[in-house]
Amino acid sequence: MIDTLRLTAEAALGLLERGEVSAAELHRSYLDAIGERDDELHAYLRTVDAPNGAGVPIAFKDLISTRGVETTAGSKILEGFVPVYDATVVTRCREAGMPLLGKTNMDEFAMGSSTENSAYGPTRNPWDPERVPGGSSGGSAAAVTAGLAPWALGSDTGGSVKQPASLCGIVGLRPTYGTVSRYGIVAFASSLDQIGPMTKTVRDCALLYRIVAGRDPCDSTTVELPQPVEIPEREDLKGLRVGVPRELNEAEGIESGVKEVVERSIELCRQLGAEVGETSLPRSVEYGMPCYYLIAPAEASSNLARYDGVRYGLRVEGGDGIRAMYERTRDAGFGDEPKRRIMLGTYALSAGYYEAYYGQAQKVRTVIADEHAAAFRDFDVLVSPTSPTVAFKLGEKAENPLAMYLSDVLTIPSNMAGLPGLSIPCGLSDGLPVGLQLIGPQFSENTLFHVGYALERAIGFDFVPRRLQ
Amino acid sequence: MTRLARLELTEDEVARFTEQLSAILEAVAKVSELDLANVEPTAHPLDVVNVWAEDEPRPSIPADDALANAPAREAGFFKVPPA
Amino acid sequence: MNWEPVIGLEIHIHLKTRTKMFCRCEVAYFEPENTRTCPVCLAHPGSLPVPNAKAIEWTIKLGLALDCEIAEHAVFHRKNYFYPDNPKGYQISQYDEPVCLNGRLTFPGPDGDAEIGIVRAHLEEDAAKNVHTGGAEGRIGGASATLVDFNRAGTPLVEIVTRPDLRSADQARRFLQLLRQTVVELGISDAEMEKGSLRFDVNVSVRPEGSDELRTRTELKNLNSFAFAAKAIQREVERQIGVYEAGGEVEQETLHFDPGAESAPPLRSKEEAQDYRYFPEPDLVPIEPPRELVERVRGELPELPGQRIRRLTTELDHDLALDLVTSGRDRLYVRVPGEERRAIANVLMNQFAVSGVDPEVVDAGELGKLIEARSRIPRDRFTEALAASGDPGFTAERYLGDGLVADTAELEPIVERILAANPGQVEAYRGGKEGLLGFFVGQVMKETQGKADPRVVNELVREKLKA
Repeated sequence: MIDTLRLTAEAALGLLERGEVSAAELHRSYLDAIGERDDELHAYLRTVDAPNGAGVPIAFKDLISTRGVETTAGSKILEGFVPVYDATVVTRCREAGMPLLGKTNMDEFAMGSSTENSAYGPTRNPWDPERVPGGSSGGSAAAVTAGLAPWALGSDTGGSVKQPASLCGIVGLRPTYGTVSRYGIVAFASSLDQIGPMTKTVRDCALLYRIVAGRDPCDSTTVELPQPVEIPEREDLKGLRVGVPRELNEAEGIESGVKEVVERSIELCRQLGAEVGETSLPRSVEYGMPCYYLIAPAEASSNLARYDGVRYGLRVEGGDGIRAMYERTRDAGFGDEPKRRIMLGTYALSAGYYEAYYGQAQKVRTVIADEHAAAFRDFDVLVSPTSPTVAFKLGEKAENPLAMYLSDVLTIPSNMAGLPGLSIPCGLSDGLPVGLQLIGPQFSENTLFHVGYALERAIGFDFVPRRLQ
Repeated sequence: MTRLARLELTEDEVARFTEQLSAILEAVAKVSELDLANVEPTAHPLDVVNVWAEDEPRPSIPADDALANAPAREAGFFKVPPA
Repeated sequence: MNWEPVIGLEIHIHLKTRTKMFCRCEVAYFEPENTRTCPVCLAHPGSLPVPNAKAIEWTIKLGLALDCEIAEHAVFHRKNYFYPDNPKGYQISQYDEPVCLNGRLTFPGPDGDAEIGIVRAHLEEDAAKNVHTGGAEGRIGGASATLVDFNRAGTPLVEIVTRPDLRSADQARRFLQLLRQTVVELGISDAEMEKGSLRFDVNVSVRPEGSDELRTRTELKNLNSFAFAAKAIQREVERQIGVYEAGGEVEQETLHFDPGAESAPPLRSKEEAQDYRYFPEPDLVPIEPPRELVERVRGELPELPGQRIRRLTTELDHDLALDLVTSGRDRLYVRVPGEERRAIANVLMNQFAVSGVDPEVVDAGELGKLIEARSRIPRDRFTEALAASGDPGFTAERYLGDGLVADTAELEPIVERILAANPGQVEAYRGGKEGLLGFFVGQVMKETQGKADPRVVNELVREKLKA
């Protein structure tokens, strides 16, 4: 009887290698768990019955194209759409022998921070089903948390891997931009989207990153990793310089419970031998949000133009010409958040406004990158809470877009600079998980894994939700 | 704006969105507070240039795959309402 | 008031690379619909573009041939608009940082060299092909459905934009011919209008001669040949002049011509100014052409048509020079020996052209002999000889055989006899009436029943009269 709630991918790999369990049995255990718990949680949009590989199974966020398996990106406009090709990350997982467990729920087109924007209904947080799992990779986060998958891939644009990982008490990596292929990933904001592993442990995260990372000739924005991925082993932080950016740690809206837990973790860094010091990112936090909410919707407005009912997806006929068909199809197929962002993005790019909005935002991006680079001259890693709050209640922010956007205030700045960020659970506040965000310079994943692992060992966070134990 | 984006909104949507978008626009307009006349824009987070591929053909997908998800087709063509 | 036309061209040529611009589907014409596609050129969710290295190199090559600056930093931009032949809802093109800028194409004209400015040449991808069914064949108005074939979607296109430096419909035609010839000789495109690998639009306005204002222009689209374009441009120029002279204003309009029906009047439309919301393509990184690449390509440029035209104008007039080069017969021309350059050129452009013989396989020396003897042999023999001029082992001799009598030994006595029989005219000629030469030659011809070679007779008579 496999306890999928507790089983890490690394442990599952061990079971398979030692022949203690077969791939079919392992797959079946997860499907059983899904049968038991997913009616309530709704982490999955669809599952795959039989394993198509001999390794550790994996779940993919539903914006990752899987050949022959429906891929909807959480939207009605792609309901029933079956890709004719696999995303590169899917191919790499398949070649590593990993069978597909299923496709997980998400905010429509990755736009959201709670998975409430899914056209197929929300996902619930396994720690408290009245609360959101975070978003947009809420389905993947809930699946891993509730033992419905040993590990999963999500996508992160403004924080959509890190934030749900934080709200669900698991590990999530947003990699350096350009280290994981976007070929086959339904695009939201091309200069920001990255695919990231979502796992129970930091070592699992490194193992999965190693499988998917590296230059892809099908994606012109990818590069080779300058060094191979190291699976972390060291449990101390001697020689590391840890920076605490004032603005990230004292931003408006950070709950006091979250602050407390994070401060304890920062103190732990000292105890593990790191040099800890304060630093500043003067404008990155204040201007990060507006910068993101100009660039991401602008790119999205263009990326979503292909959903026009011509070649695939939903089409709503009206009998009066193609323009009417476009408009009716898109009105019926897109939910509120994509519509808002398409309009916002179209505006930001339009004649007469480009310079002031999109153009200016691209410059702010340079400022943010420069500020982080300056901080990294003195520090190896920066820390902050991942999310200002623990998981909030379903419906709490759904009607207030601006309030929802603020969930990403801490994850956005480093994303704008293309920097990697690892979120690890570092404690509970009011019984709900708190995530610690570790930010590093480009290509510093090995450092992030090292720091994350050492802290993980020292903190000893139990990633199985209390109510499921 | 909706015309450029090919979105046909209902009256109710227009009312709702107008308010929300005005608030969001106000928030994002914050970027113009900064004087960035001498700053270069970042179009790509990585400093990479000259990525291209050799002019060597790879197999196309069969027409049936191309048309597999088509909402409407006529023989080997995609069919759409006229302009 | 005198008016001058102000004409600019926007030309699109398909590069004849093996694969498309942003994916590696084969570029193929006339294949069954939707058999040359993939997730990238179909714009499936998640697909990404990867640029074609050869297309970039050939764009640089074209830019160098047009004397352009090759950008040190070039960027792809997205041009956003909705249309069924535009699968992504945007076209990957170039906006303010194209590969090539500020060039020129120079060709001889009646008043000296015309230098036509090339504003830019940039790289982009072609759209799919729409077939409008139900209504009149091929036209937009009245269709009941549109069928879309994505085989063409993604084919590499170079867009060349000229300055409005063209000053007549005919000059525009000659410019197009020269540009086409250049592109074909560079080996980057077959630039055939019927195949769709060359398309162009024309911008036409007029202004008072000598002024430098730029008035409202109309755009002419869908012209299917250079000759037709010249006519259409001329008509539009005259129309605009008429409007101004009647005190009116020319309105900004687009004229859509019907490729199937030349004489049909164009559809006029006022196209809405489109906001394409250009922004740098985030899925592609910039191009910074390495200097070694640019220099290598520059070194590989052949002698270009424009240069060859200039050399020919030292011995021929500009029209003939241009025609020889743009017809591809100038290389044969320079190999054909003989003093009568103009005559040789004319034969090549006319009787030789009609013969259909491939200029590459002709024995130029023999052809030269043939042309030199052209007035001594009957016309049908001459045509026959030309038709055979490409055959291996061709000699002119075979066709000159029983031609005109050119033997001075045979002709001299006849000439002397004629001169002796017409002493009065001889006297008059020697006194200054040189026109009488023709009379003597004519007499000899009559005497020989047309069989004497008139040039030899001419020579002999002149010589004898000197004495």
